[in-house]
Amino acid sequence: MKTSNNIWFNLDWTTVLLYLLLVFLGWINIYAAVYSDDHQSIMDMGQKYGKQLIWIIAGIVLAIMVLSVDSKFYAAFAYHIYAITILLLIAVLFLGKEVNGARAWFEFGNIALQPAELGKFATNLALAKCISQFDFKIQKMRSYIILILLILLPSVLIIMQNDTGSALVFAVFVFVFYREGLNGMVLFWGFAAAALFILSLLLDQFKLLFFLLTISVAAYGVLRQNIKEPLIGFLAIIGALGLIWLINSIFSLDGTPLELLTITSMLIAILVIIYGIIRRIGEVWRILLFFIFAIGISMSVNYFYKNVMAPHQRDRIDQVLGIKIDKLGKGYNVNQSKIAIGSGGIIGKGFLKGTQTKYNFVPEQSTDFIFCTVGEEWGFIGATAVLGLFLLLLTRLINIAERQRSQFSRVYGYGVACILFFHIAINISMTIGLAPVIGIPLPFFSYGGSSLWSFTILLFIFLRLDASRTENIR
Amino acid sequence: MDVFSKRKYLVIGLFSLTALIIVVRLFYIQVIDSSYKISAATNVLRREINYPARGVIYDRNGKLMVFNQAAYDVLITPREVKAFDTLAFCSIVGVAKEELINEIIKAKNFSRYKPSPIIKQLSSQTYAVLQEQLFKYPGFYIQARTLRQYPAKIAAHVLGYVGEVDQKAIDANKYYENGDYIGRSGIERAYENELRGVKGISYKMVDVHQMIKGSFEQGRLDTAAVIGKNLISTLNADLQGYGEQLLSGKVGSIVAIEPSTGEILVLASSPTFDPGLFVGRERGRNYAKLLNDPNKPMLNRAITSSYPPGSTFKIANALIGLKDGVLQTVRYSCNGPASTPIVCTHNHETPLGLISAIRESCNSFFWQAFRSEINHYSTPTEGLEAFRNSLLEMGIGRKIGGDLYAENSGNAPSVSYYDKIYGQGGWNSMTIRSLSIGQGELLVTPLQLSNMVSLIANRGYYIAPHLVRSIQEYDGTQDTLHYDKHTIDAGRDNYEMIVEGMEQVVESGTARVSAKIDSLIICGKTGTIQNPHGEAHSAFVAFAPKINPKIAIAVYIENGVWGARYAAPIASLIIEKYLKGRIASRRQHFEDAMINSNLISTMKLEGGD
Repeated sequence: MKTSNNIWFNLDWTTVLLYLLLVFLGWINIYAAVYSDDHQSIMDMGQKYGKQLIWIIAGIVLAIMVLSVDSKFYAAFAYHIYAITILLLIAVLFLGKEVNGARAWFEFGNIALQPAELGKFATNLALAKCISQFDFKIQKMRSYIILILLILLPSVLIIMQNDTGSALVFAVFVFVFYREGLNGMVLFWGFAAAALFILSLLLDQFKLLFFLLTISVAAYGVLRQNIKEPLIGFLAIIGALGLIWLINSIFSLDGTPLELLTITSMLIAILVIIYGIIRRIGEVWRILLFFIFAIGISMSVNYFYKNVMAPHQRDRIDQVLGIKIDKLGKGYNVNQSKIAIGSGGIIGKGFLKGTQTKYNFVPEQSTDFIFCTVGEEWGFIGATAVLGLFLLLLTRLINIAERQRSQFSRVYGYGVACILFFHIAINISMTIGLAPVIGIPLPFFSYGGSSLWSFTILLFIFLRLDASRTENIR
Repeated sequence: MDVFSKRKYLVIGLFSLTALIIVVRLFYIQVIDSSYKISAATNVLRREINYPARGVIYDRNGKLMVFNQAAYDVLITPREVKAFDTLAFCSIVGVAKEELINEIIKAKNFSRYKPSPIIKQLSSQTYAVLQEQLFKYPGFYIQARTLRQYPAKIAAHVLGYVGEVDQKAIDANKYYENGDYIGRSGIERAYENELRGVKGISYKMVDVHQMIKGSFEQGRLDTAAVIGKNLISTLNADLQGYGEQLLSGKVGSIVAIEPSTGEILVLASSPTFDPGLFVGRERGRNYAKLLNDPNKPMLNRAITSSYPPGSTFKIANALIGLKDGVLQTVRYSCNGPASTPIVCTHNHETPLGLISAIRESCNSFFWQAFRSEINHYSTPTEGLEAFRNSLLEMGIGRKIGGDLYAENSGNAPSVSYYDKIYGQGGWNSMTIRSLSIGQGELLVTPLQLSNMVSLIANRGYYIAPHLVRSIQEYDGTQDTLHYDKHTIDAGRDNYEMIVEGMEQVVESGTARVSAKIDSLIICGKTGTIQNPHGEAHSAFVAFAPKINPKIAIAVYIENGVWGARYAAPIASLIIEKYLKGRIASRRQHFEDAMINSNLISTMKLEGGD
């Protein structure tokens, strides 16, 4: 094809335009967030919005540089880039500058660099390379281990820098693996485990055990396509519990409700096993396995929560789940953030008219909580529109990924979409109290060179790969 | 080409579902739940109140009676208060540490975000010291206010006082809110709307550190403070002070009116108090002390206490009889102390006519006069009805309706009242004869007595007695107030008969010793009111001069023994001071006696039996 060599012609301009639009919106929102009557010029280089403009211009230069590199370079040097990033992540632990308790930054004069940001696209490249190798079969146990190691290495190093939020991002690659053929049950168990985690914190143990019993019985019914058996099973649980309760009362045994229910569930389990053996019903074992797995998770959640998690992480989760409400202390950020967004109403207060962010009621209003300015000044309509632009970008990326002939490009593209998705979803959710505050930026919006550049590189490597999609197969 | 390519829909589905959840949440907090908008407003808006200076009050000669002095309240916003040196702070403002901590706790309980006053009415001197140190106390603010000041410590009852609004006032009028001041009694209360002005409210936007960042909506919602209007009172400050001096040591009151205008010259009630006691930091303590004083100094006896008028009432009785045409020519006989059914305390000529009867205060004459007034109508019911209506016309038994706050109506007993006691038809003029001499169920206030005299002085009309002559507008002009004029047409000659009788009271009658002044004709009437609880009360009403009267006065002294003993000298001294400017040396001993006499201590002794 005549035009196939021209990357400017093949470049996906829709994505580029979306990128430029989001970066521009981010910039004017940073201006609005830190605006004061003393410094009115948006070009004021002493202010954050002035600096952000420099970051944006530098980002565009970076994007052009990324596009100028031969597309084969990224696949060829994926492991090298990964290795260098890992070395930087190790080095920053010893040589980095400590800011807010996180040793995550290299400082070169005025410019600070955060290797964790590089970790995202480096890991993404390495994973794409690994999965796209011709002899790679994702269903094999060996493949699982390699993929998990590739993810675990940077995340552990980032956790050691005290930046748990950035490390959590790596969990999102599970969706990429799913697209590449990972067993759907893994995803299901992942979600089930997450749901159990939350339930274990919200419900007391009695309610949780009762809930799990009910779910097990219901699941059995679904598997067996039968209503009678689970109904009998449920009545048996109630009956057995009542009987044991009665025995406990008659003999004044002082058993707690939880103990009584535990005895009941063990009794029922024995009955179910006998029933399963006599009737030769295979589903019984699967349900039993699920039940024991669930009990195991919920018990370990309590241990993990109380003994492994740091107090401030516990507090953030407690705030989101509403276990503790403390609007002035631990929950101050989120409460003020909700006030700012909530006060925006349908159409918002208008550009530069927001009071909550401008007068510093919302902490971190230009970085992690930049969405507050959007919500306050542009209202529900503006916030939904920004969300819509993000969704448009994500679906565009998935569609581009699907049109790749090279598996490397496709995996990388999914990685880009999923990383952006995680940031967008968690960042916005934390500003409206749906997710715990884990301190990750909103892509293209949040103030700061490091995050803007890393998202730019992440995105434009993919656009570079896409521009050459017709050149090579595999 | 790829078995798993359908999985892209699940991934896109997950993205979309997440976006949907966020949109629903945004819709909830931005559109449905309005509490965030309120929180945002309380975060950022600070309502600042600018209190205008309250109007000042002048006496009739332009003498200042009440003015303002700057004072300062200390407010705190508990959320912003950091740990501070309480001892140093307490020593600056001069409060006890416990009191300060107590107030801070109260403020915290009220609101952690809103400012509330913790120390009130600091002086300018204290303010100056505190202002320099204020940076050490984050969360502390100062609010300027004005305090009432009184150049002379007089007219406490008349002027009234200003206090913080209570919940009732806030509920009744949206203008007021917690911490505002309002006139609580006297002129301060009656003229609250004129005196207070309009407070200004401005909305300021503040940042998270409570630094003011600018006005809200360019100040579109702000209102400017309007200062209160000044009042020109009818009082004569010097005479008022003199009256209060004369009343010292006694329980009683003086009301003096300029008859031609209804302007009140003196309205004194004793015991009284320094109006300055209700101002400033000691207010609460002083208020409690005055409230618990057994002599009730806060009671304005001149307008809120009603007494039997005694013989002073014979003037009203005479006027009613003359109006009905039954007293012009009659002569009734009197047996002096041997008279029945009411004894007459004085020995005098008999039989006698109206003028002499007034001069001698003859009980016998007046009960017979009363009988003929009642019997002039076909039934006692009709007779009393007419008698009572005449009293109400004179302003007795009802609020006269000038501008006085807490005016008592007194009591003019009605037909239904006697019907209830004696049964319908069970009574006649003789049953209720004690009315004729101002005893029994009849109750009048000293104000009503002086108004009655004013009517006689004017020979046929009175203007509702009032305390404020005019309101000073902002351009300096005077807005003169108008008060109702009541005319009682009883014939000029009839009025002159009463005047003649009253002149003789002072000239040669019951008050000839105590009230007579050289080269001035005073027309008066004494009253000695039987009091089952102790010494009789002493009353005297008068006006002067006889022609073209300038002052009408009523003096009522509780337990004053008899009319000429205290009330008459006091009334005549006031008249002399007002019309002559000084007290003749011949009468100096009256002045000394009045100022130095003390009836309150003897009253307390009597309380024992």
